[in-house]
Amino acid sequence: MHNSGISIWFFIGTLLTIYGAMILGYGIFELVVGRTANVILANLHAPVWWGGMLLALGLFYGIRFRPGRNG
Amino acid sequence: MQMLGLVPASIAAGSPSAVAAVLALSAPSLAHLSPLDIAVIAIYFVMVIWIGFYLKSKANTSEEFFMAGREMTAWIAGLSFVSANLGSLELMGWAGSAYQYGILAAHWYWVGAIPAMLFLGMVMMPFYYVCKTHSVPGYLKLRYGQGASVVAAFSFAFMTVLMSGVNMFAMAEVMKVVLGWDMNFSIIVSSLAVAAYVALGGLRSAIFNEVLQFVLIWGGALLVPILGLIETGGWNGLKARIAHNISTGVVAPGDYTHMWRSMGHFADNPMGIHWTGIVFGLGFAISFGYWTTDFLVVQRVLAANSLRSARMAPVIGSFFKMAVPFIVILPGLLGLVVLQNANGSQMQLVGENVVKDCARNASDTGLATPSVCSAGLQTTAVLPATQKAVLSGTGDVQLHSYNEVLPLMLVRYCSPGLLGLGITALIAGFMSGMAGNVSAFSAVWTYDIYQPLINKRAKDEHYVAVGRWATILGVVISIGAAYLVMNAAGIMDYVQALFSFFISPLLGAVLMGMFWKRATKAGGFWGLLIGTLTSIGLWAWVKVDPAALRYVALSPDAKDMAENMYRALWSVSVCAIVVFVVSMFGKARPVAELNGLVYGATKLPEEEPVPFYKNEYFWMILAIVCFLALNIYFW
Repeated sequence: MHNSGISIWFFIGTLLTIYGAMILGYGIFELVVGRTANVILANLHAPVWWGGMLLALGLFYGIRFRPGRNG
Repeated sequence: MQMLGLVPASIAAGSPSAVAAVLALSAPSLAHLSPLDIAVIAIYFVMVIWIGFYLKSKANTSEEFFMAGREMTAWIAGLSFVSANLGSLELMGWAGSAYQYGILAAHWYWVGAIPAMLFLGMVMMPFYYVCKTHSVPGYLKLRYGQGASVVAAFSFAFMTVLMSGVNMFAMAEVMKVVLGWDMNFSIIVSSLAVAAYVALGGLRSAIFNEVLQFVLIWGGALLVPILGLIETGGWNGLKARIAHNISTGVVAPGDYTHMWRSMGHFADNPMGIHWTGIVFGLGFAISFGYWTTDFLVVQRVLAANSLRSARMAPVIGSFFKMAVPFIVILPGLLGLVVLQNANGSQMQLVGENVVKDCARNASDTGLATPSVCSAGLQTTAVLPATQKAVLSGTGDVQLHSYNEVLPLMLVRYCSPGLLGLGITALIAGFMSGMAGNVSAFSAVWTYDIYQPLINKRAKDEHYVAVGRWATILGVVISIGAAYLVMNAAGIMDYVQALFSFFISPLLGAVLMGMFWKRATKAGGFWGLLIGTLTSIGLWAWVKVDPAALRYVALSPDAKDMAENMYRALWSVSVCAIVVFVVSMFGKARPVAELNGLVYGATKLPEEEPVPFYKNEYFWMILAIVCFLALNIYFW
């Protein structure tokens, strides 16, 4: 799929990067202001590590399958 | 409205955005979205439309539009194959079933899918792929002629758009319950998005979006079982807490964590199923019928770029299918022990009918019909104290149905952004199911109905245009079906039963055609027809006389699910027998004509040798080992 234009993995990478950045950003905001959302296990700061994981995965796929680079 | 004390308070902004205000109506809902959640959902819609527009230029010929140019890698075809089946109805419904019946629900993901997927990839796919058919009815045409193909094409096209409508209605209802969204809004927005990206980019666009949706479903839903297991202290902690809840009467008695131990008799398990029904009815008749002959899923694999990719795709898909219970069944089981009411007591979910019986009045000041609610609660395992709290109508304890367990778990653990991702996963699941239906409808309508019966000799561009219009027509009919179901809810059960009538006989006809050279054109046609009529007849017999269940499902203790399994088994058997008997009285086609269609008459192309880790047989064996290990571990 890499030879016929933009790869699906690039679209996935882009979306995960955006989502990861948004969720990680929110998680960091929670840490900075010291208030967490009213959810169970909020002390684990899931937005930070889950958002960070999505961002890392998104960046990997986004860069690895960016347009113009042969897979 | 804050419910159950579980709704995440949005601290990202002081007040909801204008968009949220438009979306969120005053109806009570499980979750309230923050602007961050709304942004996550909106970005998803922008992305799917972008993909549709981007791929429009790559859907100019019929091969590109209907078969995605047969350019899909094994991974893309495999993920799309699983994703087309992974609708949100399935996610939420099976999570609810896991809450109700325990880990028995995982049978639908393991014995009810894996053997059939591996059989499709390793045994059947070469014939579908080598004969270059565009569809399953197309294979029947090559093997049995026009008659059997037309029967299969019309039944598939008709049922596919009806099912799409049912799914659309169900999605709208879920969005109303979970988010308080207006049903018309949900139906129009989702159908416009699906119509746009499938009509523009064809199957390639549908497949791209399905892979995207698959990733989102995992990204949005996997966090729930991870946090749930942390809260309960792992699998052993979960089992201990379920056992404790059973001992205190909060959870109905039963074996919730073993898959096969209670399968010895119909009456021994809450599903009312015997192991023979699971193995032969679900594991063969239903799952082989669905995974190997339903064009909705087979179409994805036909788009693979080589025979090896086509064989690998279902094998790759089988690993992900095996993993799905971790995001569907596990949250259902976790719901048995972690969900709490606003007053701190253990939440007990009930059937949809009891929730309706206990609906609050329009002014939200108490129950609409307390006596009906009381009678409904008597039929459940809800504790007396909880029943009293519900009947008091104060709102401390509100009833939720089994099917709401997944959204309830999302709301329990997911803060802003993560909740939006979880809801996006549900929306993505609905849209992938709908897109799968309309893209398959479009291909079958164009290739198996329009081309052979209406316009045989048009130019290729004409068929692409017909395909685009068929996509839009499919969405329009689906919308009509959604409103039909909305106004007569009972129809939904009939539509789902109707769909099951056609799948199992089709399996009989395809298997006999693919593995028996002697099967004739007349045999295929009559087998398909009589097999379908058998299925309809058995269903009608039990409807008219419920006592007939002892004959259809072999036991008076059997329940609905068992009846479906045995009915499927009967219809596939009758179809195969009719194909055999009728064929024995007819003249078989010369073997030379069966090349590419039948086992033993086909010379499969030789494939380049590859390292073991790229070999489909290696992965198939690994899939079998994993499948057996899971069943033994959860025996």
